[in-house]
Amino acid sequence: MAGNIRENINYDKIAEMESFKQLTKKKNNFLWTLTAIFLAAYLLLPILTSFTEILHHKAVGEITWVWFYSAGLFIMTWGLAHLYVAKANSFDKEAKAIIEEYERGVN
Amino acid sequence: MSITAIIMFVAIVGLTLVITWWASRRTSSASDFYTAGGGLSGWQNGLAISGDYLSAASFLGIAGSIALAGFDGFFFSLGYLVAYLVVLYIVAEPLRNLGKFTLADMISARFDAKKVRGTAALSSIVIVLFYMIAQLVGAGALIQLLLGIDYWVAVLLVGFMMTVYVLFGGMTATSWVQIIKACLLMLGTVIISFLVLAKFDFNILTMFSEMATKTEAGAAYLNPGLKYTNGIDTISMLIALVLGTAGLPHILMRFFTVKDAQTARSSVIWATWIVGIFYVLTIFLGFGAAAFVGKEEIVAANAAGNMAAPLLAQALGGDILFSFVCAVAFATILAVVAGLVLSGASALSHDIYGQIIKKGKVSEKEQVVAARVGSIIISVVSIILALGAQSLNVAFLVSLAFCIAASANLPVIIYTIYWKRFNTNGAVVGMLTGLISALVLVALSPNVWNPVEGAAIFVGEALFPLGNPAIVSVPLGFIGGWIGTILSKETDEAKYREVDVKAQTGISVQDVSH
Repeated sequence: MAGNIRENINYDKIAEMESFKQLTKKKNNFLWTLTAIFLAAYLLLPILTSFTEILHHKAVGEITWVWFYSAGLFIMTWGLAHLYVAKANSFDKEAKAIIEEYERGVN
Repeated sequence: MSITAIIMFVAIVGLTLVITWWASRRTSSASDFYTAGGGLSGWQNGLAISGDYLSAASFLGIAGSIALAGFDGFFFSLGYLVAYLVVLYIVAEPLRNLGKFTLADMISARFDAKKVRGTAALSSIVIVLFYMIAQLVGAGALIQLLLGIDYWVAVLLVGFMMTVYVLFGGMTATSWVQIIKACLLMLGTVIISFLVLAKFDFNILTMFSEMATKTEAGAAYLNPGLKYTNGIDTISMLIALVLGTAGLPHILMRFFTVKDAQTARSSVIWATWIVGIFYVLTIFLGFGAAAFVGKEEIVAANAAGNMAAPLLAQALGGDILFSFVCAVAFATILAVVAGLVLSGASALSHDIYGQIIKKGKVSEKEQVVAARVGSIIISVVSIILALGAQSLNVAFLVSLAFCIAASANLPVIIYTIYWKRFNTNGAVVGMLTGLISALVLVALSPNVWNPVEGAAIFVGEALFPLGNPAIVSVPLGFIGGWIGTILSKETDEAKYREVDVKAQTGISVQDVSH
């Protein structure tokens, strides 16, 4: 990597950079919003099955709605995992740009 | 025990020993020992994470739970799967960017105080021991059944094997045993699922309509509520499952075996797919066992249902498939306990001995010796505890481990990465509150106290009504961390900025990893 700069990183300087603040904010918004959504979707299942009967009814043949809800959770997990990777790759590019911006400033 | 079974067992154990021998020649530094030198690729680490996750509890436990309790057993599959999103979204990358070998490293990256590292190491060791006792007790019972040997011989056998893997091959051997076992386990599961589906003419609708009549529960078998009738307790258990994974030391350790955050990320994707597909297949294993083995025979072999999958293999594929599945189950147990030994040893030797007692002043050679001594200590302690814990319920021990991980570790991990005001005091108070409240509430729970003699460890009314206390102890862990923080004036915003920059950008990962 970039040699001596890495041994003596001025973290305060990076933390004060406007681009870093923006990245952190954007990243945290994304992570926590989606975390809240998937945890809510997940915990709604036992809430619904414990206190209501709406998922106990048959949907297709003998298959009840609770299996469809579960299938939805599986699809959600795979979908959100890939969404995360796509997002994280774009965050990586911004993080790299920030490090480059910082290194230009140091030299 | 048949000749086929003996050949399968010898072949699989032999293969793992060859791997260990090969790995031992590549294990010379502490980093090799604890993290395979950080040299695993995304798919390798993904398979290894899957392997850690597809423990005997998953393979044997979930199949048995679904067979006996229908949809209620499937709750475990859902919880364990969605847990990956918590790991991926919240902890995986910051952990890789901040840590070296252990969870305590990561928290100490922000709070360089002995008491913080010591508390983090303590909670890791407690979790590892509970989890390991659960695996060893389960393993002992299973092998006793499979090989017809005494419980204590079985535990010693497993204990001896796991110590050999770890001692000689370190993380490299443990990871490769895990990878190969994950592939074999998936193969076995796919074959059984295929045979089950064939019985139902490859029609899911047929399968469900037959399952609605095949068990004594009738149509209720296909809906929740057969086993878990207390709503709050069910929700509490599901909270522990989904949040606990992100605090389990042997899972967290898997993020130090890769070189950077990108690889950590891709390994979670691999794991999510492999484990997800496996959990879909648990439906076939469970339904198949209920339909073609039957409740009576499953319960006769093991009251908790742990023999459902092997018995199903025997019913559908005869002796060869039965022997294969049993040998794979054995390898599964060995691989998981080896990973647990490593994570326990890293907390004991790296955190407590290397960083706290020796203040980080240990040579590379001493570190490797310490790591091996630590592994032996953890192995011996857990073997002794497992020998005395034969009658304990395995599922109860596992849920306790998940509950402590979710209550003691996760709140502090989140605060360390995301909360500027968090401080040393908050970290210590948070971890201790989570740890102690989980232990105390479980000690007062119906799993420990039951008015009917023999139904639990002690006879009497439970003071705390829930079997799994996560719904109370996880918030307590968060509140403890918060109160501990605001009661102390200490703040160090400069340190937080450093941690924040490192966690978000990975800028220093070169210094911390190698």
